[in-house]
Amino acid sequence: MEIDPFIFRLSIFILSIFIGYYVVWSVTPSLHTPLMSVTNAISSVIIVGAVIAALAGTSESIFNTSSIFGFIAIILAAINIFGGFLVTQRMLQMYKKKKDKKK
Amino acid sequence: MISANLAAIFYLVSGILFILALRGLSSPDTSRQGNYFGIAGMIIAIVVTFLSLGNFSTSLVYVIIFLIIGGAIGAFIAFKIPMTAMPELVAGFHSLVGLAAVFVAIAAFLNPAAFNLGNVGDIKLASLIEMSIGAAVGAITFSGSIIAFLKLRGIMSGAPITFSGQHILNLILGIGIFVLIFYLCKTQSTNIFWTVIIISFLVGVLLIIPIGGADMPVVISMLNSYSGWAAAGIGFTLENTALIITGALVGSSGAILSYIMCKAMNRSFVSVILGGFGADNSADDRKEKKDQKPVKSGNAEDAAFLMKNASSVIIVPGYGMAVAQAQHALREMVDKLKKNDIKVTYAIHPVAGRMPGHMNVLLAEANVPYDEVFELEDINNDFANSDVAFVIGANDVTNPVAKTDPKSPIFGMPVLDVEKCKSVLFVKRSLSPGYAGIDNELFYKDNTLMLFADAKKMTEDIVKNLD
Repeated sequence: MEIDPFIFRLSIFILSIFIGYYVVWSVTPSLHTPLMSVTNAISSVIIVGAVIAALAGTSESIFNTSSIFGFIAIILAAINIFGGFLVTQRMLQMYKKKKDKKK
Repeated sequence: MISANLAAIFYLVSGILFILALRGLSSPDTSRQGNYFGIAGMIIAIVVTFLSLGNFSTSLVYVIIFLIIGGAIGAFIAFKIPMTAMPELVAGFHSLVGLAAVFVAIAAFLNPAAFNLGNVGDIKLASLIEMSIGAAVGAITFSGSIIAFLKLRGIMSGAPITFSGQHILNLILGIGIFVLIFYLCKTQSTNIFWTVIIISFLVGVLLIIPIGGADMPVVISMLNSYSGWAAAGIGFTLENTALIITGALVGSSGAILSYIMCKAMNRSFVSVILGGFGADNSADDRKEKKDQKPVKSGNAEDAAFLMKNASSVIIVPGYGMAVAQAQHALREMVDKLKKNDIKVTYAIHPVAGRMPGHMNVLLAEANVPYDEVFELEDINNDFANSDVAFVIGANDVTNPVAKTDPKSPIFGMPVLDVEKCKSVLFVKRSLSPGYAGIDNELFYKDNTLMLFADAKKMTEDIVKNLD
């Protein structure tokens, strides 16, 4: 009997939860705020769905009801992607070690 | 145009890059590199989507225009936002992920053919379930994050809003969503789909309003987790591995953070979610006590004198420091102390501030090296060997009652052993209790000197007196 592709996706999903579990426990507590902003940015990969929806319009009607939702979702996700990665970068740049004061 | 198989492999690559992005955060040294991995993963995912659709009509021009508009807004916010506003920024961003998930689900429902999910009125059963779960979780994330944002921004009072029958109402609405999704699958009715989304928006609001200000670290982490599960739901609908992997990563990341935050408050996740904590009903009680107990209060001069003669000082920052924006003044003070060969370290409680890691970011902003900043379990033993503890804007996390009084609402919560220091300087605006609504015994100890002032002003005054 053939295995439903859904099962493969479910396997990927569950294994990823385990990866997430171990990876996130290894994140140092002082970087928990950047962790939140970066997870925010990467979850905006949902833009992939928005792009598919937006490009589904025909040449006569670029903006039909379905694609309009896609276009708005593109703006929302783009705000998040750029905002999320850039603010994370800004934060991480601030984390510095003690300057070596040995003479 | 590239084949679906090749696209799937690229999506996997981008998923792996996202894992590496989180992995990088295990140390500040590797974190910046991690962020670049994340950016690379995102670029791959977007470019591959364009290529696999192979649609280079005028629509694509619009897609890119909208992408640039959103990107410009995002970049503008990222550069302008002050670090003290990070909690509300993160809450705001969560709401956008949630809403984007809802919109993608709506688009897929209205035009399933574009996503290979069947036709209008005849969408594949599995896809329908996946997209309605994605939409419902997305909607809850959206409206919940908006409420969290308003509370953190101070537009809405941080006080819990409760009414009788609240939990039962939430339960009914929650069950209602499942029942409606069941009927949606049977009838494919558009109206039911919209109803599911509207009820979910309502649930999001109801879920967050009873939760008070200082529980926000848990709420933000929880919404972080929800935004991940919403993304994963949509990922199943779109059969997209990058989205499924990311959703799972973000979902578990948020869940772990919520767990860490709950543990740091010694409260169960359920009790935080049910909310209403910190509602005060013992005000009279406290007033009496206040009259009885003497409090020693001092000024900047006394504080400067004490610290100058110390050999080691531990600084305990809290939310009050963020509110007063005192981190830069604090850093100035510490520089002066260090010049006098005084050892200075920082002690951070996991729930200090309004989001996980909030204090660390503020101190980093003020150029405090991260290797001088310690977590509770790493520094708690040092208080006994230190001369001065400088508590600035923290309260409940230093309250010894958590160790001594089993009747106290915060009993069992891990606290910083500030009282073991030879002397304690407590910067605070008044004697008012902290978020938990309980008196801090520390105020009345013999070795405590209260400094009643705004955190920033007091710190600046101390700096002047250190010369």
